[in-house]
Amino acid sequence: MRVNCTVNGRPREADDVWEGESLLYVLRERLGLPGSKNACEQGECGSCTVRLDGELVCACLVAAGQAEGREVVTVEGLAELAAQRAPDAGAAGDQGRDGAQTAGLSPVQRAFVDAGAVQCGFCTPGLLVAADDLLARVPDPSDADIREALSGNLCRCTGYEKILDAVRLAAARAGETV
Amino acid sequence: MDFLRPGTWEEALAAKAEHPSAVPLAGGTDVMVEINFDHRRPEYLLDLNRIGDLYEWEVGERDVRLGASVPYTRIMENLRGPLPGLALAAHTVGSPQIRNRGSVGGNLGAASPAGDSHPALLAAGAEVEAESVRGTRLIPVERFYTGVKRNALEPDELIRAVRVRKADGPQQFAKVGTRNAMVIAVCAFGLALHPRARAVRTGIGSAAPTPLRARAAEEFLDAALAEGGFWDSGRDLPPSLVRQFGELAAGSCNPIDDVRGSARYRRHAVGVMARRTLGWAWDAYRGSERTTRCA
Ligand SMILES: Cc1cc2nc3c(=O)[nH]c(=O)nc-3n(C[C@H](O)[C@H](O)[C@H](O)COP(=O)(O)OP(=O)(O)OC[C@H]3O[C@@H](n4cnc5c(N)ncnc54)[C@H](O)[C@@H]3O)c2cc1C
Ligand code: FES
Ligand code: FES
Repeated sequence: MRVNCTVNGRPREADDVWEGESLLYVLRERLGLPGSKNACEQGECGSCTVRLDGELVCACLVAAGQAEGREVVTVEGLAELAAQRAPDAGAAGDQGRDGAQTAGLSPVQRAFVDAGAVQCGFCTPGLLVAADDLLARVPDPSDADIREALSGNLCRCTGYEKILDAVRLAAARAGETV
Repeated sequence: MDFLRPGTWEEALAAKAEHPSAVPLAGGTDVMVEINFDHRRPEYLLDLNRIGDLYEWEVGERDVRLGASVPYTRIMENLRGPLPGLALAAHTVGSPQIRNRGSVGGNLGAASPAGDSHPALLAAGAEVEAESVRGTRLIPVERFYTGVKRNALEPDELIRAVRVRKADGPQQFAKVGTRNAMVIAVCAFGLALHPRARAVRTGIGSAAPTPLRARAAEEFLDAALAEGGFWDSGRDLPPSLVRQFGELAAGSCNPIDDVRGSARYRRHAVGVMARRTLGWAWDAYRGSERTTRCA
C-alpha cells in the first residue's frame, strides 16, 4: 500500500509498504531517515522515539498505515522544530562550547554534546526526542520529572548521569535566554 | 494482509462483521509487538485510530463512559478524580511512549492476566460495552475475562467503551515489579472502598489465569466492618482484621511459577499488597470522615 504523511514538515510518500510494517521501518528503509534507531522492536528501549501528531511514541509500535495523513517529527527534524519555536535563537550555525561548529543542532542536541551525554550514540536520537518533548512541556523540570520523562529510553553506555546533566543544562540555558 | 481503515464506528462494526478474523488495532502496543516478531500474521488489520468517538469520555451521574482507545496518559491527566484507581494503574503502565498510545480497550482486548487496568476495573466496578452490527451488550468486567488472554467478545464484536463506576471513596493500586517503569506486573492488587454501599471491592492481577476479585476477602471485610461499626466510627482497623483480609486475598490466588516470580512469592506478595492498600485507603477514608464530622 501507499502511505502519505508529513515528516519533519515535508510531505512524504512511501510506496509498496507492507500492511504490517511499522512506521520505524518506513522512516529508516523507505524515506532515508535512519536517525530513529531500531534496537528492540517491542517498545522497550525507546531508541525509535518520534513525535506523531505531537505525541511521543515508539515508531516501532505504530503501523505505517496509522501514520497516513499524520505529522511525524524525527530526530532529523529537531533543529528545525526548535528554530520554529524560537525564531530569533536560530539553530543553524551556532558556536559550541569550545568554539566548534555545531551547525544545525537544536538546544537539546547541543546540551547533549556539551554535557558528554553521548557515547556510542545509539540511544541518543530517542533520548533527544523525549528530552525535547519534556522541555517543551515543562521548561524547568525537577529531577523527578526528567527521570519520569526518560523512563522509556534505555542507554547501555552512559549510566544516565550525563544524560540527566544534559537535560538540566538545556533547561538552564533556555531559562537564561528568556 | 489487508489494512482496513474505517472512518466511523459504524464502518468499523460493518468491517468486523464482514471480516470476523480482522485484528483490531488501537495503540498497537500489543499487536505491533506480535507482528514485529512474527507471532501473528492476521489476514486483516482493522485500524481504529481514525474513529474519534473511541478517544472520548463522558463523566455521567454514576459512571465514566471511557472510550475504548483513550490512552493511559489522558486517564492520568483528566480522570484522576472520578477514577483514582484506574489513574494510578495507568501511571504504572510501561513508559510515557507506551502510555501515549496504549488504551484500556487494548488492555481488555489482550486480556492478559498481567494487564494493569484489570485490578482497578474490578475494584471500581465496571462494564464492558461490546458492540456489533447486531447490537450492544454490557458485560460485567468480572465476566469479561474467560481464560488466559481470552475474553468474552464474539468474533464480530468490538469494544466501544468501558463504563466504570465513579469513585465514592478512596481507591488504591499496587504492583510488584523490578523497577518503577517498563515493568510487567509480577502481581498487582486494586482496592476500592465504596462507603455508600458500605462495601469493599478488590482486583487481583497476574496471580491466576485471569484477573479476579478476592471474593472471600471482600465478604469477610464487609461483614467485619459492618459488625464493628467501622464505617460510622472511622476507627483504626485492628491489625488482626487487616491480617486476615490479606490472608484471604492471598488464598484467592491461583498463581504459576514463571520467569517473573514463583507462585509462592506471588501469593505472599498479594497478601502484603492487600494489607497495604487497605491500610492506605482506610487512612484516607478516616481522614475524610474526620474532616466531614468536624466540619
Ligand atoms: C514496552 C511495553 C510495556 C508495557 N507495559 C505494560 C504495563 O506495564 N502494563 C500493562 O497492562 N500493559 C503493558 N503493556 C501492554 C500494552 O501496552 C497494554 O496491554 C495496552 O493497554 C494495549 O493497548 P493498545 O491500545 O496499544 O492495544 P493494541 O495493541 O492496539 O490491541 C491489543 C489487543 O486488543 C484488541 N483491541 C484493541 N482495541 C479493541 C477494541 N476497541 N475492541 C476489541 N478489541 C480491541 C486488539 O485486537 C489486540 O488483540 C506494555 C507493552 C509494551 C510494548
Ligand atoms: S526499537 Fe522501538 S522501542 Fe526499541
Ligand atoms: S550512549 Fe550508547 S546506548 Fe546510550
